[in-house]
Amino acid sequence: MKYMYFPGCSLKSSGRLYEQSLMAVLNRMNFTIHEIENWNCCGATTYMSINENYAIEIASRNLALAERQGGDEIIVPCAACYMGLLKTQNYIATDEAIRTRVHRELAKTGLSGNLTIKVRHPLDLFVNIIGLDAIKQHVQAPLKGLKVASYYGCQLIRPFSTFDNVWDPQTLDMIVKVLGGESLYWPLKTRCCSGSMTSTMPNIGSRMNFVLLQNAKSRGADVIITACPLCQFNLECFQGKLSKQYREDVRMPVMYFTQLMGLAFGLSEKELGLNRMLSPALSHS
Amino acid sequence: MTTNHEIRTGFYICHCGHNIAGVIDVMAVTEYAAKLPFVVVSRDYKYMCSDPGQELIQKDIKELNLNRIVVASCSPLLHEATFRAATAKAGLNQFFMQMVNIRENDSWVHEDKEMATLKAKDLVRAAIHRVAYHKALEKKKVPVNPDVLIVGGGISGITAALTLANAGKKVYLVEKDPTIGGYMAKFDKTFPTLDCAACILTPKMSAVKEHPNITLWSYSEVTKVDGYVGNYTVQVTRKPRYIIEDLCVGCLSCIDACIYKEGKFPSEFDVGLSKRKPVYIPFPQATPLVVVVDRDTCIYFKTGKCPQSCAKACDRNAFDFNQQPEVKEIQVGTVILSTGFKTFDATRAPYYGYGRYPNVFTSLEIERLVNASGPTEGHVLCKDGREPQNIGIIHCVGSRDEKTNKWCSRVCCMYSLKLAHLLKEHTGADIYNFYIDMRTPGKGYEEFYDKLLNEGVHFIRGRVAEVSDWAITHVEEGKLVIRVEDTMIGVVRRIPVDMVVLSVGMEPGDDAQELRRLFNISCSNEGFFLERHPKLAPVDTFTDGIFIAGACQGPKDIPDSVAQAGAAAAQALALIDTGYVELEPNTAFIVEELCSGCRVCVTMCPYKAISYDEEKHKASINEALCKGCGTCVAACGSGAIFQNLFDDEEILSEIKGVLVE
Repeated sequence: MKYMYFPGCSLKSSGRLYEQSLMAVLNRMNFTIHEIENWNCCGATTYMSINENYAIEIASRNLALAERQGGDEIIVPCAACYMGLLKTQNYIATDEAIRTRVHRELAKTGLSGNLTIKVRHPLDLFVNIIGLDAIKQHVQAPLKGLKVASYYGCQLIRPFSTFDNVWDPQTLDMIVKVLGGESLYWPLKTRCCSGSMTSTMPNIGSRMNFVLLQNAKSRGADVIITACPLCQFNLECFQGKLSKQYREDVRMPVMYFTQLMGLAFGLSEKELGLNRMLSPALSHS
Repeated sequence: MTTNHEIRTGFYICHCGHNIAGVIDVMAVTEYAAKLPFVVVSRDYKYMCSDPGQELIQKDIKELNLNRIVVASCSPLLHEATFRAATAKAGLNQFFMQMVNIRENDSWVHEDKEMATLKAKDLVRAAIHRVAYHKALEKKKVPVNPDVLIVGGGISGITAALTLANAGKKVYLVEKDPTIGGYMAKFDKTFPTLDCAACILTPKMSAVKEHPNITLWSYSEVTKVDGYVGNYTVQVTRKPRYIIEDLCVGCLSCIDACIYKEGKFPSEFDVGLSKRKPVYIPFPQATPLVVVVDRDTCIYFKTGKCPQSCAKACDRNAFDFNQQPEVKEIQVGTVILSTGFKTFDATRAPYYGYGRYPNVFTSLEIERLVNASGPTEGHVLCKDGREPQNIGIIHCVGSRDEKTNKWCSRVCCMYSLKLAHLLKEHTGADIYNFYIDMRTPGKGYEEFYDKLLNEGVHFIRGRVAEVSDWAITHVEEGKLVIRVEDTMIGVVRRIPVDMVVLSVGMEPGDDAQELRRLFNISCSNEGFFLERHPKLAPVDTFTDGIFIAGACQGPKDIPDSVAQAGAAAAQALALIDTGYVELEPNTAFIVEELCSGCRVCVTMCPYKAISYDEEKHKASINEALCKGCGTCVAACGSGAIFQNLFDDEEILSEIKGVLVE
């Protein structure tokens, strides 16, 4: 089984700590993924809303490349990339006009393929392929007493993915538990982080960020973990501003779930990029 | 056999108003048929099924000495019986009549008039060829056993049982639970009259128990069914209740004497809201009033170490800890299934927090809470003992929902109104109903809705998104917050309440599939039992002699269930009082000399109609069980099986007729 890896733009820029920690954790577990050579934008968010046709075509190129490079599955950590690729596959499978156009456009660049390669999120990989038992075996520093709010965001588990319960997702909580932490009940765990509205409509966006942070904190969470670079960015970057704006201290660590795994695995803060976080880094003992 | 030169066929084509004549050139078909072999007369008529239409055929049979009739009209399902009867009335064997379906199979499904007319001609030609080979057949009569089995002792089963028993018929009523009464026994009041459910139900339960014509087997299940309409052999297994039913008088001393001083296990009757002991009765008016020992929770069965204080307390020696399942075999002619429904499991809608938040209840739980004989004697309190100040009732939980069940459960709007009224009466709380559409079709139902509006109950139109403890304002602290789009004013609202009631929908029972197989009937897509015709045969099934009543056929309220139970009883009575059933002669039969005894047919028959004679080494077909599907005829390697109305000559001539002009 050859697992390909599609980083997308985020994991090479604002979300590089996600990539860094994911690689560190997978490395510790002796699990190899291969970055797709010559990948391009996944076509998500802005592109998808401005020109869906082009977005689907460029996304398809990544699928075709992964297939040509001998991949059996693609691991896609960014929730937006993940959803974008799944959406592309769904459209290709169900709409003949789109299917025909995509293959025609790919042919112009000398590419072809079924475009049905399995697209999998790392969360799905950890829980359903690698398995919770294997994760447990690597835990060296159990997160005893750590109260974790697992944040899934809006697009990781719907509408195209099928690996978790849409209404009450559990995979992050399951990982927290095997790491020895306490998974908090948090009804807001699938509520939107406001996406790109933090920059386009800041007053609405900041309200949405605040609600999530405030609620997690009031429930006693020590840390919020996410599986999406945009969620992590939105929840982490504006904490100081939000605390002032709403006159309530909502500062707290917002980490990638892979960073939390790494901590429990005994990896150093540096290996996991925790020294580069904006929010107060977790001092784990 | 009739030789060709004697055959005189009459052909009749129906316009069916515009249904057929609007697409098919009826005159062209009439003229065409007139030239076909053996056709003596060819006529058209506006409505062949009308009296003048039928008389036309009868007159021709007599005056023109016709001995074959072909009628081109609608589906045989509708009028085959009509034209067969007309043929017989004129003195001709009814099986010399053949119908051609040029409506459902032609005019209703085609637009091209020319091609549709051509198709009609082909079909007519096939029938005229085939009918020449028809033989005179007789319908067999089989006597009907007058005894009736009713499965399920809810309000439907009780009603059907009493109706039949009062008509002098012997009834076996089989109920899987320790008591009859079903869901209705759990309800407090009934809509829209607010009658006390127990007050109107328990007299009927007692009447069942006392009726000399009813044999009531509670805590029992049907385990095997053989036979056919009028003559079913049914095996009923009586589960051990570890009490000799005839000896128990329901004094309940044993329950007091149980080594558990207090109830410890969730009461099934109170849907888990109260606790019972391992030896218990479901509720004070349980019928029969016979205690039951629950093997799973009884210390004696679990450890063998119990002084059996219950048994010692029984001065009638009714206890028998060695009781085994008892198998009864009965003969009945007809069966009524009234096996009911189950309520939607609210944990399947996690966004409403059932099982997560203690103060989220199902409607059935609230029925018990508002009930004076319920676990709290009618006091409706939150789990922490607070009186609720505001209560939200969420409609359509597990109904009208792409994610769970698509159907409307029909009763929830009305019972939600009833619960709103009762909750307001009991608690004085502010009540919010969250609905998609208010569905109140029924006598006095809309008026009840009006009454609730005037009582000051709030109605918010919108499907609730979620129930959570996520408080934003101080008012919301410690409350359950219902988030909903109020579609009347077009805004998303947050309604903080102390208690949430989920109006759960109705689903097919867990045992519906098993029962379906046992009684060889069908289910519709969602799993409720399928009626023979949604409008004209709502309590019949596709298996003769098996009838359905109540919510096992689909969601319905008490009045509709009772009405259906009466209808099912009447259908059973009609069969019983006729005294016999006529069997279609289109059955298969085995020519013994040709049978090699390979038994292929025995395994192929879907109706278990073929048996094997071990001595003669031959198979034989029970005509009463055979449905004429033809599977065995095709499967028989020796060519020993034939089927009336579908012998080789008939089929080949029909094929030739349709293919060769």
